Amino acid sequence: MVSVTQTRRDDPARASHDRHRARTLRWIPVLPFLLYVTLFLLLPTLWLAGGAFKTNSGSYTLEHVRKLFDPQYLNAYLTSVKLGLVTALGGGVSGIFVAYAMTREGAPRWIRTTFTSFSAVAAHFAGVPLAFAFVATLGSTGIVTVFLAHHGLNLYARGFTLFSFAGLALTYMYFQLPLMILVISPSFAGLRREWREAASNLGAAPIHYWRWVGLPILLPSFLAALLLLFANALGAYATPYALAGAQINLATIVIGSQISGELTYDPQFADALALGMMVIVAVCLALYALLQRRSARWLR
Amino acid sequence: MKSRRLSVWNITWLLFAALYLLTPLWGTAEFSLETGTGRYGFDAYRTIVHDPAFRDSLLFSLKLALATVTVSATLLVPTVFWINLRFEEFRPLIDFIAVLPLVVPPIILTVGILRLFHSVIWLISGPQILALAYVVLALPFTYRTLDAGMRAVDFRTLTEAAQSVGASWPLILLRVVIPNVRFAILSAILLTVTLVIGEFTMASLMLFNTFPVYMEYIGETKANPAAALAMISFAFTWLTMLGVLLVGHGAARRQIQIGGIR
Repeated sequence: MVSVTQTRRDDPARASHDRHRARTLRWIPVLPFLLYVTLFLLLPTLWLAGGAFKTNSGSYTLEHVRKLFDPQYLNAYLTSVKLGLVTALGGGVSGIFVAYAMTREGAPRWIRTTFTSFSAVAAHFAGVPLAFAFVATLGSTGIVTVFLAHHGLNLYARGFTLFSFAGLALTYMYFQLPLMILVISPSFAGLRREWREAASNLGAAPIHYWRWVGLPILLPSFLAALLLLFANALGAYATPYALAGAQINLATIVIGSQISGELTYDPQFADALALGMMVIVAVCLALYALLQRRSARWLR
Repeated sequence: MKSRRLSVWNITWLLFAALYLLTPLWGTAEFSLETGTGRYGFDAYRTIVHDPAFRDSLLFSLKLALATVTVSATLLVPTVFWINLRFEEFRPLIDFIAVLPLVVPPIILTVGILRLFHSVIWLISGPQILALAYVVLALPFTYRTLDAGMRAVDFRTLTEAAQSVGASWPLILLRVVIPNVRFAILSAILLTVTLVIGEFTMASLMLFNTFPVYMEYIGETKANPAAALAMISFAFTWLTMLGVLLVGHGAARRQIQIGGIR
């Protein structure tokens, strides 16, 4: 050890070279990981951007991107985005009230444990089994449908189906609400009781406390959670597919039928459709970053 | 301080959530027990259990889960360990990469992988491609769980101690790192298994007969057995999540012990 320090002191150029080398060497253990995510996450995603502008023979074209604006596909995107917004806000707002109720002091401990663990299960219970569960609940012979019909409210006679926008939104909420509860309840637990006490000692009404203390602290995590919920609903494929098959006009379903369908098989156009979705996600991320900065300023 | 009890408003929300989350389960349970003769019975479950495709698809999904877990652990344990030990500057980048699979829809990743590797037949033709892609889909959960587990342990001291008695890096990983984060690894494994057993999008578009693909097929043809499958799947999710919770408790207890020693 001693001799090493001495050489370093004697020869600054060499010491800096050593330090540089050590810095480079540090990258070696993370290289496999970087290579892996490049191969199986980054490259495939970026590859789509190129494919969207190519014809089958490999020359460049804008045809696929133009086709995205055909009413049929534009509608698919619109429905997906609307579904994402409605269920993110619905799940987000109700999730925040549930999370508040279960984490606030005075709530028995078992309520919190039960809700947290059940939410963890429900948030993972998406896709095919969820679709079946909702068929059994709100399908034409589902228990809620039958129950309501007995009490004079015939949902299906009023035009409700599980395959409609409302039906899909209700189904999506089953994974959106628990996800919100899971993501946001740690932030509620982070709100210290002392802050509220301090506010009320200074004469603040609860509404003032929330406006000036509670909400500003929660806002960044709330926005992040909303983004997560939106992306979650936008990308859902298994749930709508198992509910309605390929009939329903959603962006994910359309992409799916472009790469697996027999009549509709058109992989280049699938690239363009996927690219369109990436653009939506990117816009949301940018919006989120902007809002995040705003909310940070509001905090100060 | 004002009331320490829940208000009507709070209770309403809790009841609403409980009702909303439990009713579909009740509906599914009832559906799965209907026999068509007006009485309840386990016919639907019997149909499922006696279907050879049920066993095959479940076994296939479990094998996929095993492969995914193996690749995930081999890739992530050394990486996360290194970040915690020597490479904190790398954390923002890996944090960012690890949330990407949450915002990039799985169907986009599916299309991308199919397109990028479509001429690499040996890779794309077998189930290995599915396991390799699942490692990415599981990344947000596996990375976070492992990282939380590793942060709680003072690996600088432990590694120095191991090195001073002449342990090599592989030996340190095997005998120091893994035993100390076994709870985190177990949580990560359970989360990955849950994800793999339930993943439909990729498996169906890449044309593999996994458990959810089989389930969807049953749903198109038989309603009551489909409900039974949904119940089985729910029970499975519930068990693994319970496992994660219990493992988490184990990890928490351990952390307190470490705090006591320090």
